[in-house]
Amino acid sequence: MSSAAVRVSHGALDDAHGGGVDHHHHDDGSKTLLGFWIYLMSDCLIFSGLFATFAVLANSTAGGPTGKELFELPYVLGETMLLLISSVTFGMAMLNMHAGRKGKLLAWLAVTFVFGAGFIGMEVYEFAKLIHEGAGPSRSAFLSSYFTLVGTHGLHVTCGLIWLVVMMDMIRRHGLDDANRRRLSCLSLFWHFLDIVWICVFTFVYLRGAI
Amino acid sequence: MAGSNHSHDAAHHDAAHADHGSTKSYLIGFALSVLLTLASFGVVMSGLVPHDLMMPGIIVFGVAQLVVQLVYFLHMGTSPSQRGNLAIMLFTVLILAIVVVGSLWVIHNMNVNMMHPTSQMVPVE
Repeated sequence: MSSAAVRVSHGALDDAHGGGVDHHHHDDGSKTLLGFWIYLMSDCLIFSGLFATFAVLANSTAGGPTGKELFELPYVLGETMLLLISSVTFGMAMLNMHAGRKGKLLAWLAVTFVFGAGFIGMEVYEFAKLIHEGAGPSRSAFLSSYFTLVGTHGLHVTCGLIWLVVMMDMIRRHGLDDANRRRLSCLSLFWHFLDIVWICVFTFVYLRGAI
Repeated sequence: MAGSNHSHDAAHHDAAHADHGSTKSYLIGFALSVLLTLASFGVVMSGLVPHDLMMPGIIVFGVAQLVVQLVYFLHMGTSPSQRGNLAIMLFTVLILAIVVVGSLWVIHNMNVNMMHPTSQMVPVE
């Protein structure tokens, strides 16, 4: 709500003063990115708590299935590749945003959405399969912490997908104004950050579990 | 409006080009990430790596990929514009290490000392 007000007032100032406002606004954008970075780092701390919980409970299978029996590494490799490709396509989108090419930007964002949605689809299928096999979150402490950790990451990616759709609609409606550029830069950080969290997930959850 | 936007663009692009990366830098980052991902999975799946070396192997490749993605995708670096972000991130890594390593250490000690009566007997013997 307040950012919309900022955008409106900026538009009015821009008409009145022209270039003088740009400097002020650029400064504003970098502060937003710094603030968003601080949010991402605090999100990192949430994940560190979940990773620590998982690490502690990884062997507490309560006689139930272990990670080695449950995890299918080729499937996880597929998920990883989808997320990795979506990360680089988002990079391409950002390059087109900086070059001011709206059409290509929207196209790359759409490609990013497809790969991101593919990742979430694979993860939901994996969860459904585990629960169907009787290895749901209530089976053991290991599985509780597994579903919490991987589910939290999946929830973040889902939020990123919703944000992506909203941004595509806002760019289509309002074009590449400063506010949209700023928001897209935040989403870019968010998306790459989730890829980085996923590296830790496949290393410490899936690969470590399969050893 | 379009004109001013364009000039803003150009200035923006020149001033902060290093921060935004380029097609080449994204593709290099992508190629390195794919290689490191395949290496990580290969260590566990191929059966060529001795069991003892698997855990160090995936940690090394995982950390390497973290660095690659931070540099090529998140454009982390020591340039003045990134220094603040880098400092915040390093502080976060410190907190993260304390939380994760501390939890594992404390809980491991608790397991050793409280969960198994036999291991409590070891110092006595």
